[in-house]
Parts: sequence; C-alpha cells; structure tokens
Amino acid sequence: MTFKPIKFYQTGSFAVGNRLLSENLRTVQSDIARSDSLTLGHRACQGCGEALGARYALDAAMRATGNKVLATNATGCLEVFTTPYPETSWQIPWLHSVFGNTAAVATGIAAALRAKGRQDIRVVAQAGDGGTEDIGFGCLSGMFERNDDVLFICYDNQAYMNTGVQRSGATPPAARTATTEAVGSEPGNVFGQGKNLPQIAMAHEIPYVATATVSELHDLEAKVEKAMTIRGARYLHILVPCPLGWGSEPSATIRIARLAKETGLFPVFEAEDGEITGVSKIRHKLPVESYLLEQRRYAHLFAPTENRDVLDKIQAIADRNIVRYGLWDQKTEEDGNMSIATEQ
Amino acid sequence: MLEQIEGSRAVAKSVALCRPEVICAYPISPQTHIVEALGVLVKTGELAPCEFINVESEFAAMSVLIGASATGGRAYTATASQGLLFMIEAVYNAAGLGLPMVMTLANRAIGAPINIWNDHSDAMAVRDSGWIQLFAETNQDAADLHIQAFRLSEEISLPVMVCMDGFILTHAVEEVEMPSQEHVDTFLPPFYPRQVLDTEEPVSIGAMVGPEAFAEVRYLAHAKQLLAKERIPEISREFESVFGHSAGGLISAYRLEKAETVVVAMGSVLGTIKDAVDDLINHGINIGVLGITTFRPFPLEEVYARLSGAKRVVTIEKAFAVGMGGILATDVATALSRAQVDQYSVIAGLGGRPVTKASVISLLQDAVSSKLDPLTFMDLDHEVVKKEIARMNESGRSGPPAENMLREMQLKTFSKQKERAASEEPG
Repeated sequence: MTFKPIKFYQTGSFAVGNRLLSENLRTVQSDIARSDSLTLGHRACQGCGEALGARYALDAAMRATGNKVLATNATGCLEVFTTPYPETSWQIPWLHSVFGNTAAVATGIAAALRAKGRQDIRVVAQAGDGGTEDIGFGCLSGMFERNDDVLFICYDNQAYMNTGVQRSGATPPAARTATTEAVGSEPGNVFGQGKNLPQIAMAHEIPYVATATVSELHDLEAKVEKAMTIRGARYLHILVPCPLGWGSEPSATIRIARLAKETGLFPVFEAEDGEITGVSKIRHKLPVESYLLEQRRYAHLFAPTENRDVLDKIQAIADRNIVRYGLWDQKTEEDGNMSIATEQ
Repeated sequence: MLEQIEGSRAVAKSVALCRPEVICAYPISPQTHIVEALGVLVKTGELAPCEFINVESEFAAMSVLIGASATGGRAYTATASQGLLFMIEAVYNAAGLGLPMVMTLANRAIGAPINIWNDHSDAMAVRDSGWIQLFAETNQDAADLHIQAFRLSEEISLPVMVCMDGFILTHAVEEVEMPSQEHVDTFLPPFYPRQVLDTEEPVSIGAMVGPEAFAEVRYLAHAKQLLAKERIPEISREFESVFGHSAGGLISAYRLEKAETVVVAMGSVLGTIKDAVDDLINHGINIGVLGITTFRPFPLEEVYARLSGAKRVVTIEKAFAVGMGGILATDVATALSRAQVDQYSVIAGLGGRPVTKASVISLLQDAVSSKLDPLTFMDLDHEVVKKEIARMNESGRSGPPAENMLREMQLKTFSKQKERAASEEPG
C-alpha cells in the first residue's frame, strides 16, 4: 500500500484536531514557545483574516529559522493596524517604507545581509493584494527575476481595504467594491481574465510558489516552513477574508476561507521551479453559491432576483480551476478523506 | 595620485574607496558610466563583499538602498532627471526615516520636452525632500565630495546627494588627484547605524505617526540639517588635514573681498563665471563670485555674511520655478532679506544650452550698469516664443508647442545659411 502524506486540518473541519496529535505534529501556534511575532493588542477588525495569516506565517518562519527573521511591510491594513505610533505589535525587526516597494526593500535587506555574511538571517516581505498585484508589481517582478533570497507573502483580501474597499487587480468578478458598485447593467466588478499572481510568479520560474488560506493552518505553516528551507525568491499567496470589505460575519472568516477552497474558486497548491508539485484536494465539493451567499459584496447576485447568468459564470471559473489544477477527485470524496494514511 | 580620468570614473573610484556594501544600478544618462565602473569592480571581486544589484527601476534602486541601509549596509546609487522623479516617493521616504546613504545625481533636465542634457531641474525637484544636497564645481570636487558625503550621512543619519553636472562633469576627462585607500580609511570610519534591523534587538521602523508627533518628527529632520550645517565645514577641514587639499564646505568665495557686484551660482558653471569675472576685473569692474557648495541645508548666515556688503547680487542658475523665477535666487533673497542689496535672478543653461563666457560678460555688464531685468532668461530667443503664442491665439489647435518651436528654430537657421550662401556667391 502506498502512503500519501497529508497535512492535518483544523478542528471544526471534521478532520483531526491539534490536541489529538503527537507534539511534533502540532501547529506552531499551539506551541507555547512560539515567537508571537505579531502579538496581541493590534487594531485589526474583529475576524481579520490578514492578522491571522500574518501571525501564522511569521511565527512559522521564525520557528523555521531559529528566530532569525527580518520583515518588511508594504503600506496597507497590516502596516496601519500593527504600528499606530508609539505602539507596535511586532516582536520581530520590522520595516515599513512605502506602498509599492516592499519587495525591493527586502532585496536591499537581503543584499546587506549577504555583504555582511549573515545569510543565517532571512527576509520576509509582506503586502496586501494591492501592494503585490498592482502598485508593488514592478518591484516584485524584479525581485523574482533576480531570484533574490526573499519570501514574499501576499495577504489577499481582494481589494484595497485600508482605504475603504476599492477595487484592486485581485478583486474577483461581480464583487462589489466602493469603485465597482453593485449598480447598472453589470453590477460589481467586471469579468476579465484577472491577474493571477501565483501563476505569474510561476512564470518567473522561481524556486517556490504556494497558495494557502487561513482555514488550513497546518498547510499554511508547512508551506512557510518549506519556503524557509529554500534559497532564492519564494512567493506565498494567502487568501485572507476581510469581514469589513466582504460584508461577512467576523466569526465566519475561517469558514469563508475554507469555502473559497472547497468551491474551487481559490485553488490551493504548491509549485517548484515553475511546475505544480502538489494541490490540496477539495474534500466536499460545493457550489459557488455556498461561498458567495455568506458575503454582502455578492448580495446583488441573489436579490431582488437571482442573477443566474452571473452565478453560472462564477461557477464556470470554479469548474475551470478544478480541472486545471486537478482539485477534485470524486472517488476520494465518496470514500471519505479519512481513509488516507498519515505520514509518521 | 594625479590621474587623467573621466568624471564618472573618478566618482566610481572614490565611491569604491569608501567600501560600499550595496550598490544599485539602473541605467539613465548621464550617470551610467559611474555604476558601470562600479559594476566591474564588484564583478572582479575587488570590492568584495559588496553586492551590486541591477534593479528594474529607479524606484526599486532607492528602495533597495532603504532596505540595505536599515540593515546597516553602506549603500550607494546614482541617478538623474526622470530617474530621480521616478524614485521620488522613496527619496522622501529615505530622508523621512533618517537612513544614511549616498546618491550621485548627474544633473539633467526634466521633460517634457524630453532632454538628456544638463541643468539643475532634477536637483531642485527634491530640494525639500530632506536630503542633504552638495554641488560639485569640478571633477576633483565630485570625487572628494562623495567621501565627505558618506562621512556626513552616517554621522547625522541622513541621506546625502552629490550633484554633479551631467556630461559637463560626468563625461569630461580631466586631472583628478585620486585619494588613497589609506587616507579614506583614516577619514571614514566603518558605518555604525543609528537604527538597524537586528534579530537580537528587534525594532519597528516606519511606523504610522499621527498629528500628535508628526510635527516633532519633521522638525527633527530640520534640526538635523541645521546640525549638518555646522558639521559640513568641520568635516571639510578634517578632510583637508587628511588628504592635503581642500574640498567641500558650505560656500566658496572667489575674488569676493569688497566686491561691489557678486555673482552667485552652483556647479560647473562657476568655472565659466570665474573666467568672465577675471576679464571684467581686468576692465576695472569690482566684481566677485560666491559658489554654493551646500544647497541643502542652505547656508543662510554665510550667504548673508558674504553678500550683505555688496551693492548688487546676480544669481545665475540652471533651473527655475515656473510661474515664479529663480529658485536659488529666492533662497539668496531670503538670506538677504535684512540687507539693502539689488538682486537679479538669471536663468541660464537650461537643457544643456551652453553658458558662454561672452554671454555671461555681456549679462554682467548690463547688471553693473543697472540695465538688467530683475528676472532674465539668458540667451532666450523671445521671437520664437512670441510666434508660438501668436499661433496659440490664432488657432484652437496650434499643435504640439515643442515641435512648432523647434521647426521655427530650424527655419531660422536654414534662412541664415541661405543668406550666408547668397552673400558668399561670387559675382
């Protein structure tokens, strides 16, 4: 029998919980010795996916490097809610310069560390989707192309939330934002090909690209830890629901992130040197409505009348992702995921 | 050692002697030769362990320097013109964060119309950014000022820009007394950063600051510039004691004692102005020159001390504030606000137009005989401008102005050639 290693999922997902695992398999967050890189007291909204994502990611990076991480941050929610002067939630060395340059600032840090022979210290650059896909894209592409020793993390909440929920290059079709209002004959954001940053990162053939969500903590941490074992440019794209911008319940953040994956709208995968090496399978395939209905930014698709045409188009995006990435295995779902053996 | 060397290469050698740790390169004329030369030194291993990074834009170049400096690395880049404008958000950020670094600005005009030649528009566009701005008169100055720039920058934790005239200096080959590594090492201690990203002592740099402290943080930047104004002459004197020749300082005076008329200028044009002044003095005119080496911080007191006794001051500069007039002239006027001095603002050498000795002499003769306008654009072809304004009045679609005026100029040249040819025809 061949054993396929899987990563455990969070409690509440019907999968096995942390406390049932042996200590070496538990999450970084369950470790009382975790670094608390982004500590409590920050001013993020209730249910902020970005705060969760940043906390998971950086603590994992810290553990993977023996607490030797320097972080940069683009302008945005994460920067603003963590450092209202003179307070700071960062327990690690942290630098914010401007909105569009965080990848280049990270390059500079990595270069100075190399010049000083301190390659034991690693660099993590962080930005929202605007700071990654739009205004920061030039610097990010340059950093990828040079293969600088930087892990760049995009916390994708699919719009400019810090300035009041305006459309970004990562805003999905039909979503309402303050600059794509749910009015007119085509309410919400336009249908276009979008800007698929993980694919664009892969096209640079950098050593490691991965996507993750804040619903699967083990997976997210494992990807950060793996990224820290690799030298060169690495890209991690984390889907982080935003209750304020998405119009969702703060308590629903993790569920919504899971639904994004389970519907196929957000493919969770890893790629090395431009080739996909692993995907997280959908465990219970769900129609896109189950994801969309939880968010007021899509309310216009359901009331006053259901817009079947647009819903079908969104379903088509999910279906294409499922085929393209091989996200769903009907037989596996019917057999039940729990039959897969775990790696020991 | 005295070398016959191109300005850019002299600067590259000078920067190399400062043992930089991170150098960023993005091509823009006329600074390219500097980073090209440094690229070779890094690639051959001569500058080890220095990192040379070919970035994708000037915005990235300045951003890389911000990261490197915050990590305690001695960082350097060079740019000009559009490149400086493209990085301007990061330029302000570096100064606002108080991060030491040195950048050469190979002064070049800013478009539109696009123009690769020399003037000071680029430097003036960032005069309020919080960077210290030093202007080189010669390539010797340029080489020396970079060494002083690293020292000053790291001492007061502010970025320093060394301005040298594009092409006129960067591409000119002349004699430069190149400093020795031993002297540079004596003069420039290793970089000990005031703030640094350190895993042992984590700090947050670049936090958001609200109304409660913003004014104080900004005032500190001003206070540091005032401190720089004290340190610059001292550093210049220390430089002289180590290297055996003088360079830097806030201002430079030439035949200024008891001069009735004083010309104020910055950069390489000082050479031409000094030649013109020598001629005028030979013709019995009482005239001298004040060069501004440190433009930011602006040496208000020193300028006042040197100029308040003069009868008239003529500021000649290679940039202007559109809708206002001279920029340096405005600063000089601020310095002289308590003095009774006639002041003239002259804009010259825009976009690489030669500032000739003949034009300067004629202009200064007008000034001395009180015939000069308070704001003068030297050697400007008013006729061409008038014609374009007439075209604008005639038609709602008069077309692209630069192209119209260029055509006008060419027609004039052509008709002059025709006239000359006709007069030279035998018979």
